[in-house]
Amino acid sequence: MFRKIGFKLILVVSVTAVVIIGIFSFYNIRSHSDALLNEVERHANQLSETVKHSTRYDMLLNQRERIHTIINTIGSQPGIHSVRVLNKVGEIIYSSQKDDIGKMVDKNAESCYACHAENKPLERLPIKERTRIFRPDPGSARIMGIITPIYNEASCYEAACHAHEENQTVLGVLDVTISLNEVDKQIMQGEIDTVVFAFSAVIAFSLLLGFVVKRWVDKPVKELLNATHQVGTGNLNYLIEDKRNDEFGMLSKSFNNMTQKLSEARMQLFQSDKMASLGRLAAGVAHEINNPLTGVLTYSSFLLKKTQNNPEMNEDLKVIVRETKRSREIVKSLLDFARQSVPKKNPVNINEIIDKSIAVVENQLSLNHINLNKEIDSSLPESKVDSNQMQQVFINLLVNAADAIGTKGGTINIKTALLRLSPYGITHIKKASCPKRHDLMDNEVKIDGMPSIKLKFNSNGTTGFINLDPVYGRNHHLINTTLNKNENLNYVCPQCDISLTVQGKKCPECGASVYTFEVPSQGSVEGCVSKDCSWQKWDAVDSGGLKEYIEIKISDNGCGIPKENLSKIFEPFYSTKGQKGTGLGLAVIWGIIDNHNGTITVESEVNNGTTFTIRLPLK
Amino acid sequence: MKKQWDILVVDDEPVVLDAVVKICSAEGFSVDYSSDAADALKKFERNEYTLIICDIMMPVLNGFDLLNEIYKRKISSSLIMTTGYSTVENAVKSLYSGAIDYIPKPFTADEIVNSVLRGMKYIQLLKSAANNKDKADSMVFVPCPAKYYRLGYSSWAAKENTGSLLVGATDLFIKSVENVTSIELWKIDDEVIQGNNCAHIVDKEERVHPLLSPLSGRIIEVNEEIKTNVSLPEKDPYFKGWFYRIIPSDSEYELKNLINCSSDRY
Repeated sequence: MFRKIGFKLILVVSVTAVVIIGIFSFYNIRSHSDALLNEVERHANQLSETVKHSTRYDMLLNQRERIHTIINTIGSQPGIHSVRVLNKVGEIIYSSQKDDIGKMVDKNAESCYACHAENKPLERLPIKERTRIFRPDPGSARIMGIITPIYNEASCYEAACHAHEENQTVLGVLDVTISLNEVDKQIMQGEIDTVVFAFSAVIAFSLLLGFVVKRWVDKPVKELLNATHQVGTGNLNYLIEDKRNDEFGMLSKSFNNMTQKLSEARMQLFQSDKMASLGRLAAGVAHEINNPLTGVLTYSSFLLKKTQNNPEMNEDLKVIVRETKRSREIVKSLLDFARQSVPKKNPVNINEIIDKSIAVVENQLSLNHINLNKEIDSSLPESKVDSNQMQQVFINLLVNAADAIGTKGGTINIKTALLRLSPYGITHIKKASCPKRHDLMDNEVKIDGMPSIKLKFNSNGTTGFINLDPVYGRNHHLINTTLNKNENLNYVCPQCDISLTVQGKKCPECGASVYTFEVPSQGSVEGCVSKDCSWQKWDAVDSGGLKEYIEIKISDNGCGIPKENLSKIFEPFYSTKGQKGTGLGLAVIWGIIDNHNGTITVESEVNNGTTFTIRLPLK
Repeated sequence: MKKQWDILVVDDEPVVLDAVVKICSAEGFSVDYSSDAADALKKFERNEYTLIICDIMMPVLNGFDLLNEIYKRKISSSLIMTTGYSTVENAVKSLYSGAIDYIPKPFTADEIVNSVLRGMKYIQLLKSAANNKDKADSMVFVPCPAKYYRLGYSSWAAKENTGSLLVGATDLFIKSVENVTSIELWKIDDEVIQGNNCAHIVDKEERVHPLLSPLSGRIIEVNEEIKTNVSLPEKDPYFKGWFYRIIPSDSEYELKNLINCSSDRY
């Protein structure tokens, strides 16, 4: 309970309120009592002046009895503690309390201290310093005393009695003391009132705050907490029902939005995985079902033809044929549905597709603490691609990268750039044939994931095969027999043995013979037969000059791919993810990029990460 | 002297083998059969076959392997490909590799018989073309013009400057059908898919011959004239006898699967 945000909030606000109200009350009480005491003081001073003036005439006439009477009368008034007159040596001459008369007052007593402090001579004093508050004995009510000096004046020392000499300044002191009992009672009442007010204010304030916090903070926070728990356990359809317009309402809305996006993204990933599985299933089902269906359809349609003279049987057979044809259409539509669709290419900006793809996987990446770095070349021109298929490519690669990183966190970099490259060393030869139109492509032997070009050679009576690199000018050829250096080989078509050597032409670099094969509808490729010479020439492609490519690099710092697996990753059904994947992802990606006449290559180092590089020709 | 057969059926599925043998025998053809490609190849040592009907998906050697072996061994038989895994890729690859026809399974008795009859006619046409080679005046069939692309010997496609493509049936195909009585065409805005049916050509015996589309795309114009004047595709197969004008969905990619008529050597 003490760790709850609501409690902390109430505590902080209450403490602040207590401090503020406390300080306020303190000063309030003080100024209240000061005002009261000032009032009493003014009243006492006025009384003193009254006594002094009413006894003045009697003093001049030295009518002591009359003075006694006046002092006694005033002193017996309620609230007045005593009225005394002291002479200059401190002897009480008159007093409302009879016992005091004739007593000497110590100069250090509180009534004298103001004037006689530090043995200073008597002087005129302001009213404040003539006032004192004291308790005659502990436990009794407070008393305020005010002393009023009786100054010497001409009428005093010129009077007939000549009781006073001319050089005296002060003849005596009138001391009036007033009981503060009533005032203290009022002050006390004021204090109690203020404290009660302060306490009730703080309690009311806390209660109100508690209610507000519970209503506007606690409840929505609880709801959000519940919602995150629900989403955390996989219920992505959970929606917070909150129609507030405050920040919590906005938070709820954006939370709902986020879960919806998350659920959409998950659906999309799920969908593409499902499609791949469905593709496999459909292919399998189609093949398995179409064979028995062929049996049914051929026999029934055959019988149908033979029984044209038997209307009854003919009708029944028609039903069998019709229904089997219907089954055929169902299987066909299943295959059509699952088959990798023909790319629908439209001019789009690759950067936009990348942004869309990132939006799909963003949540998954941030859940795994993966940073995404974008280095986007904003000047990329539009290129003709199938945006859905390209998005599938990027999403797949991003998910693969995230899987390689795992949950420990890491970084994925996406970089796009525009390149101008010579076709030499890049262009992929996808079809090759001999002059008799025999296919030279070898799907069994792949070089960097691409089917190679297989040629047969004769050399000094021995024959063998060479698998040429399908990338023009890259020269990653495979020869399965050891050959002598600079040996002149005679290449022939593996199917029809037609010679592929160009008569009378020599390699411009080493002078060896030159082989050639056709690339259907794209002219022919020539190359040097010598194993150690890398000369190749493809006029149809070279004449196009430098070609522009869009390059997309997606790299991660995840677990990497062991070298021995690198060549297999684009193979269908190759998977390291066990039950999690179908092993079709990269094969499908490869197909899509290939359909766009692009290339996809991979570089990887175990524990250092993997980089996929896609190059798409701009035209 | 090798024994002469009309047809060799190769399929690993006994029921399909039985059915095709029965149907073709009923049409009066001499039919031999084999349940795997290696065994079929052995048969070529003893016998000669005009036509082979072959399945693609078979253990050890598949249909394409058999097709390659036939070329390698310079066996002159023509081959009709069938498969239960009837994808566009298989259809296109079969015709590109030299099969004269492609029939997706399951097929009816009529479909296989019509294909066989067309095949027989096709072989006959090629033979008479070879025999008439020296006689300049008698042309058996008109080859596909340069810069045209063809899907096997079935259909052709020609690029137009506007980005659209014209699609039609090759002269060999129309001639192998014989006596066309009607042509059923698809409608404007219909989608056609490469290697799938795009028209039905009906002969006088009411046999239906499907024309496989050379490319995928949307039909924007139909040559209505060939519906009324059914002999037009035969008279002028590559120009006035066109079937459709289509907007291709990805001609660049799909054209690679077609045979460039510029390199044609009959």
